[in-house]
Amino acid sequence: MNLASVVKALNLRVACGGEYLERTVKGGYAGDLLSDVLANSGESDLWITRQTHQNIVAVASLKDHAGILLVQGKEPDGDTLEKAVKEGIPILVTDLPTFEIAGRLYGLLRG
Amino acid sequence: MQYENSYPVKGGDFKEAGKVAVLVKMALKKMGVAPEILRRAAIAAYESEVNIISYARMGTIRLQVRDDHIRIDVEDEGPGIEDIELAMRPGYSTATELIRELGFGAGMGLVNIKSCSDEFEITSEVNQGTKLRILFRIPETG
Ligand SMILES: Nc1ncnc2c1ncn2[C@@H]1O[C@H](COP(=O)(O)OP(=O)(O)O)[C@@H](O)[C@H]1O
Ligand SMILES: [Mg+2]
Repeated sequence: MNLASVVKALNLRVACGGEYLERTVKGGYAGDLLSDVLANSGESDLWITRQTHQNIVAVASLKDHAGILLVQGKEPDGDTLEKAVKEGIPILVTDLPTFEIAGRLYGLLRG
Repeated sequence: MQYENSYPVKGGDFKEAGKVAVLVKMALKKMGVAPEILRRAAIAAYESEVNIISYARMGTIRLQVRDDHIRIDVEDEGPGIEDIELAMRPGYSTATELIRELGFGAGMGLVNIKSCSDEFEITSEVNQGTKLRILFRIPETG
């Protein structure tokens, strides 16, 4: 499934990277500890997090994530957006908390 | 294949965290290193970079690529590590609250480097600095 279909099905807001929505989403990973995400997430995962600072962009880029999904309506910091645009990392936003959006994403990809 | 580059890292510069790791990954990708090795090397470079930023005054990350291996040498000037065994323990961290709020300081950095590399050596001198020698073997193809 590509990001565009995920955005539509889960009613996500696209904060940046709208031009990369054809990217495949293979799975998901939820986490706020960068070392954990770095060690345990996979390529083409959609990374669900509540971290909004610019360090998330390098992590997503290093792990070849499909994109970053911020929960609870959290907006990316200004310099996070700037970096994400530069590195070509889509950032999506949902108003739902991690548990709910992870469940829905799981249902969508594996259900 | 023969490539060498050296990247400086400044202590305390959290805004730039990951910059060197991304450069290392890009360099390896350009050389056609297999994605699986590339990703492991990127993790090691990132955790090394974040440790210099978190704990040391300054440091260098040196990347060396040969046909059969990738070597990452990390050296910093900083407080050093008194008890390396303790520092290597999963979950052990002296990271400040500020560092933790940014999502760092899970105490998994050094173990991650060790488990994603093929060889790992750490040496440290209190009040001087810490050195890491990280190696990835590139299996012969063809
Ligand atoms: N380069 C370094 N200089 C001084 N101390 C370090 C360095 N790297 C790691 N340490 C010490 O080892 C601990 C564990 O490091 P690490 O496994 O990377 O976890 P974390 O950085 O999340 O605490 C750190 O909290 C710190 O006390
Ligand atoms: Mg660390």
